[in-house]
Amino acid sequence: MRILFKTNYKQDLNLAKHGGHRFWYGLLVLILFATPLMLDGYYVGEATRVLIYAMAGLGLMVLTGFTGQASLGHAAFLAIGAYTNAWFLAQGFSSFVALPMAALLSMIGGLLVAIPAARMSGIYLAIATLAFAIIVEDFAGHLTSITGGNRGMMVDVPMLFGYKIRQSWELYLFVLSILVAATLLVLNILRSPLGRAMIAVRDSEISSKALGVNPMKIKIFAFTVSAAITGLAGAFLAHYMLFLTPQIFGILLSIQLLLMIVLGGLGTVHGVFFGAVLIGVLETGISISKDVLPSSIGGLPGIEPFIFGVILISVIAFEPNGIYGRWIKIRSYMEFFPIYRRKSFKRQRAYLKTERLR
Amino acid sequence: MSLLEIENLSISFGGVKAVDKVSFAVEEGSVYALIGPNGAGKSTIFNLLSRFYEPLSGKLNFAGNDLLGLDAKDIARLGIARTFQNLELFEHASVLQNLLVGRHVHNTQSWWRQVLFTGSVVEAELEHRAKVEEVIDFLELAHYRNQVISGLPYGVRKKVELARALCVEPKLLLLDEPSSGLNPEETEEMGYWIEDIRRDLNMTVILIEHDMSLVKEVSDRVLAIVNGKVVTEGSHSFVQSHPDVVSAYLGDMQ
Repeated sequence: MRILFKTNYKQDLNLAKHGGHRFWYGLLVLILFATPLMLDGYYVGEATRVLIYAMAGLGLMVLTGFTGQASLGHAAFLAIGAYTNAWFLAQGFSSFVALPMAALLSMIGGLLVAIPAARMSGIYLAIATLAFAIIVEDFAGHLTSITGGNRGMMVDVPMLFGYKIRQSWELYLFVLSILVAATLLVLNILRSPLGRAMIAVRDSEISSKALGVNPMKIKIFAFTVSAAITGLAGAFLAHYMLFLTPQIFGILLSIQLLLMIVLGGLGTVHGVFFGAVLIGVLETGISISKDVLPSSIGGLPGIEPFIFGVILISVIAFEPNGIYGRWIKIRSYMEFFPIYRRKSFKRQRAYLKTERLR
Repeated sequence: MSLLEIENLSISFGGVKAVDKVSFAVEEGSVYALIGPNGAGKSTIFNLLSRFYEPLSGKLNFAGNDLLGLDAKDIARLGIARTFQNLELFEHASVLQNLLVGRHVHNTQSWWRQVLFTGSVVEAELEHRAKVEEVIDFLELAHYRNQVISGLPYGVRKKVELARALCVEPKLLLLDEPSSGLNPEETEEMGYWIEDIRRDLNMTVILIEHDMSLVKEVSDRVLAIVNGKVVTEGSHSFVQSHPDVVSAYLGDMQ
């Protein structure tokens, strides 16, 4: 096991706490950037989808994982981002305009939801966001002049400095660079007073108030950041899909996003990536196995939600901290071998909170 | 003028008058104790001071500021920090993070600087950290610094909550039952800390407490409340021997 000698408070502010972090995360980013060299076109596309999921999950994690505001409507922000991006590209703008506009419009959408939603919590918030998603989906269906309605809309390829990104590996690298930047931004928020205030609002709104945090402001901030990142993910999703219809952005996509961050590990940035990889691999796996399995099983409607549901229930039952929580346990087992105790991560009894002021 | 002046404070929940025309004043630099049986309205007074509840009538004046014109989130900025009877810590954050949230009122960095984590944010963070470390030293929490709250025993949580309130650097500290759930040694320790907080950190303390030996040890003045009404106020020995206080705790002796 590693023992850290801290001689300066600044060491605790660094994103990479020690040489091991720098080495492994550096290697990971390097491998990710080199992936297109190792995979063929179809799988580069699948990897791009995983990255897009990760970006959307990152947005949702800011809101749900760190600020504690459940959202069942994040597909709406994906939709706003996707359609905005596609529309601006169709008007002949470059991605330098289309992408920021996608983030901005989604952010404005987030702000519109946040102002009433910051007063709600729990199930009421979930229902309100769900309603928002349904409204956006309906709008996309009826605004035929912009979105092409239910007949759908073709998406132009991204364009940078007049260069059109057509190859799948080019799109992959583009998405990856933006994802790395977005992740760094979120990590920055988390180590600053804003991030701590978000966690404070999540864990105890009442005492965060008593310490001078304005929960309304923090929730609205979380909503807008979350919507902006998810909107960007939506813009890239449009490029991945190539063809947009409102049905893509239904309730199932929202649930899938929520599922992703819960599976990965709620309240951790690592969890976003674990969840995205798992969902991506599962989807690819299911679609491949559909071809292999006899059509009486493979052709069953609703097989995907069924499998996702079974996995979600087993994760909640056996590992509430998600894949990342499990990974922490495995890692400390290896670090402390042979003296690791099974009870190390046993939850302490939660002290009763009676008379909660709410 | 006293640091905190409360006049004719009243609130009722449904038909129950939880606090009924309570008036008292707390001098700067003193330790003031609120005692009374369960349900007397002591915590309600704290929640009124924190502006979690809206009083029916009365005045709340703190260092020349009218608290009733303020929102709950603005109270800490004036210099009032508190602990809760049933621990309201940020369960899934580390001790250090909890204490750093206590520094929130001293944060002056704009949001975009924080998002980019610029040099000025780094400097401010280092200052906050140094301040938090002082409190960690003071309450001997160094051992638990990086542990997550949900894995800590009750006594330590109690200390962390006190530490978090101290990180605000308040003028007035409200302690809601600081010794509940602590063993006799820990209670004694708490008594010394309250003494140190008053003497070394120059904070005024109001505490709600059932442990009369602790009240006797630390408090300058004691206010006894029964059924939302003030029974008596004065020095510890005076209040403890007051016949109405005795009958409230032990019942009538006839």
